[in-house]
Amino acid sequence: MADHAVTAGGDEVDLSRRKFLTRATIATGAVGAVFAAVPFIESWSPSERARAAGAPVTLDLSKLEPGQMTTPVWRRQPIYVVRRTPDMVSRIAGHDADLKDPHSQDSKQPQYARNDLRSRTPEFLVLIGICTHLGCLPKQRFAAGELYPSWPGGFHCPCHGSRFDLAGRVFDGSPASVNLVVPPYSYPKETLLLIGADEKGVAS
Amino acid sequence: MRTEAAHGCVAGRTGRVFLALALLAAACSPVRVPAAEEAEGKFGADWEHWRADTRVADRASLQRGARNFAGYCLGCHSLKYERWARLGADLAVPEQLLQQDLVPPGRKASDYIATSMPAADAETWFGKVPPDLSLMVRARGADYIYQFLTTFYVDPSRQTGANNLRLPTTAMPDVLSEVEGLKKAVYRTETVTVEGKPQSEQVFDHFEMLAPGRLSLAEYDGFVRDTVNFLDYVSDPSQTQRHQLGVWVVLFLLLFTWLAWLVKREYWKDVH
Amino acid sequence: MTVKTATGTAATLPKTGPGGAGRRFWAWLNERMPVEEFISSQATKYYAPKNFNLWYYFGSLALVVLVLQLVTGIFLTMFYKPGETTAFDSVQFIMREVDYGWLIRYLHSTGASFFFIVVYLHMFRAFLYGSYRRPRELLWLIGMAVYLVLMAEAFMGYVLPWGNMSFWGAQVIINLFGTIPGIGPDLVLWIRGDYGIADATLNRFFALHVAALPLALIGVVALHLVALHEVGSNNPDGIEIHDKVDKDGKPLDGVAFHPYYTVKDFVGIGVLLVLLAIVVFFVPTLGGLFLEAPNFEPANPISTPEDITPVWYFTPYYAILRAVPDQRIGALLLLIAVMLFLFVPWLDRSPVRSMRYRGWISRSALAIFVVSFVGLGYLGLQPALGVYVIIARVLAVLYFCFFLLMPIYTRLDPVKPVPERLVYHAH
Repeated sequence: MADHAVTAGGDEVDLSRRKFLTRATIATGAVGAVFAAVPFIESWSPSERARAAGAPVTLDLSKLEPGQMTTPVWRRQPIYVVRRTPDMVSRIAGHDADLKDPHSQDSKQPQYARNDLRSRTPEFLVLIGICTHLGCLPKQRFAAGELYPSWPGGFHCPCHGSRFDLAGRVFDGSPASVNLVVPPYSYPKETLLLIGADEKGVAS
Repeated sequence: MRTEAAHGCVAGRTGRVFLALALLAAACSPVRVPAAEEAEGKFGADWEHWRADTRVADRASLQRGARNFAGYCLGCHSLKYERWARLGADLAVPEQLLQQDLVPPGRKASDYIATSMPAADAETWFGKVPPDLSLMVRARGADYIYQFLTTFYVDPSRQTGANNLRLPTTAMPDVLSEVEGLKKAVYRTETVTVEGKPQSEQVFDHFEMLAPGRLSLAEYDGFVRDTVNFLDYVSDPSQTQRHQLGVWVVLFLLLFTWLAWLVKREYWKDVH
Repeated sequence: MTVKTATGTAATLPKTGPGGAGRRFWAWLNERMPVEEFISSQATKYYAPKNFNLWYYFGSLALVVLVLQLVTGIFLTMFYKPGETTAFDSVQFIMREVDYGWLIRYLHSTGASFFFIVVYLHMFRAFLYGSYRRPRELLWLIGMAVYLVLMAEAFMGYVLPWGNMSFWGAQVIINLFGTIPGIGPDLVLWIRGDYGIADATLNRFFALHVAALPLALIGVVALHLVALHEVGSNNPDGIEIHDKVDKDGKPLDGVAFHPYYTVKDFVGIGVLLVLLAIVVFFVPTLGGLFLEAPNFEPANPISTPEDITPVWYFTPYYAILRAVPDQRIGALLLLIAVMLFLFVPWLDRSPVRSMRYRGWISRSALAIFVVSFVGLGYLGLQPALGVYVIIARVLAVLYFCFFLLMPIYTRLDPVKPVPERLVYHAH
């Protein structure tokens, strides 16, 4: 590969210097272009207004009856808050073999919900009420035997038939592949639920 | 410069050294008092030339200004485009302090800074709704706001009992009189020619303090400067970030331009 | 391997050797679209005069600013909400709550002013070197079309933030159309869509500013480039380089656009970006010239700003309007002042093209024109009082004389002999 060439005017041209300079300039320009793209890409992030609207939400648990579910909204998503009765808690065990992810290894939840009850305390269940298949809202089917004789109680999604137990864990045979998501939450006071913030701070 | 040193011992050499040091201190301090005429006792004669000289990078000043605003202005004026949380973040006010000392009770830090005064009542009491101040520095200029806050004077002929040189017949009462004190306007008579005929008219000459406020005049000046500084920040909250980023962007672009020029010069060696 | 390109010509493209897959793809592509031919005819074998100087940067810079405005404009449209009650707030939303929204907004507002700085300098070059003369009259006319579309685009864009100057500027300019005899008042009502500047006006200006006029602008810019490439660029000596070619048909005084002018233009782009960045990051309002103070207050139909002035790039024409004591004649003269540019290729009767070889009369005339244009521009920003009005009238007369007397003074002007070959000093 010739490093030098002769121009029409008869002068020596240092091609390697020319190549180096051109490449250095193009590289610098490319770096600049990437940096220039950053503000435009960042502008699509949730705005201050969206972040403010997405602030943690509180719920007074004393108003919730045992066996009942209420659905506050956090970050535009329905949050299923269920006050489980002792009977409902007992119906969570005993069907691990029918579950796709009984120990929540592939599912999404904070570390304090990575147990078979998928919650901080047995009494309250906090889930994001969006089916992990394609996003419909599962319906509550808490009574034993409600769907079929061996049904232990839980949620059933009307869109494509996914089934979840009273801890939000997905049953075999469902189109959904992971358990319902548990959002970050905490109890600033015993009867006060704070959705969207825990020991790690406000959810990002 | 209205310090003891300026008025007092100027005569001897010690006095001059002291004066020089005092002037140096005054030049270096962030609080500067409106300039020269005061030494002659003509406080306020040059009010139209007073400059705000805002320093939005001075965070301590912004914090004091925010505190001043919350204490004296928020009762009537809103900052409807700024959130408390943004103010806290930009001014480095810890969350707890923000909620405790600045955010009004019952409001969240993520709320916009609203005034508690209902607009309808304001219109009844003042004749107009006190304007939102989020963009006032951008709309009128920092100097205008500074002059507005430092040229209130007693005027018994008005309903509010006060008037203002920067904005004559302003609907705003002299809410800062508690801090600044009360002053009156002294006029002089001047002859002007109107349509060929000489006419005498009253022209503002200087201010005279009637009663002192909580702060000395020099301290009040600092108070106003901090407040205007704060309003300058609110008018354009990203300005500090903008300046910092700008330095790097310009440096990078200069580098790129230099490289591009080297490439150009290299290729144009071909051309005769 | 020889391929027949889409337009029927033959192109030799190597099929083997290093980068074989790339070369095969290139050959496949060129059988179906004239890519290689386009690059060759428009860049690598398109010849431009080698003596381009500073004045020849502004065309490519205008293109860069156009791209900047399109990109930043599209992103602003993602967050801006047109509407009487939402527009002003949405601009504050962009400035304060959208990540880097302030940067996108300032790029767009600064870009608008830079567009006019670049375009005015670009137009001035034509006066310096006679670039509007035969065979480039159509190029000049298309360029004037770009200028007119740009002015409409800028005017409508300024209304969108719905500040007090947006409102009153729109009120004044649209009222000008009311001076047209007969149809005036109906026309104004039709443009506004309401009995005063209102939501209807804002919304239609939004549609025009964001969709219709950008498309029109891109269209005329494309035509401008097509017309340019048909006749080739002029140059500071005003000599046609294609009159002297070598045995291969290559102009003796020309250089291939790529790489010579591509590398040169990147330097120009670098300088433009440095200046743009200094303004955007340090003085985005430029003391009220680029972003006017009254526009930081929301539109108020019952409170006019102290001085209603358009943004600086319209002020020369505004000064002419205000210099005339009659509303109708003032509006007419404003229109004529803009339209006179169209006639320049035919008003200029000098035997030589470039100012370099013209005499003192043409040079003085151009200098006086520059003084009157800049002077009127300055006066357009001041209140129309006292001595300002008198000076504006004098400058307006000089402005019109530059055009109307051109056929006479360009013929009287003592010209110098034009050289055979381009004057070029290696650098």
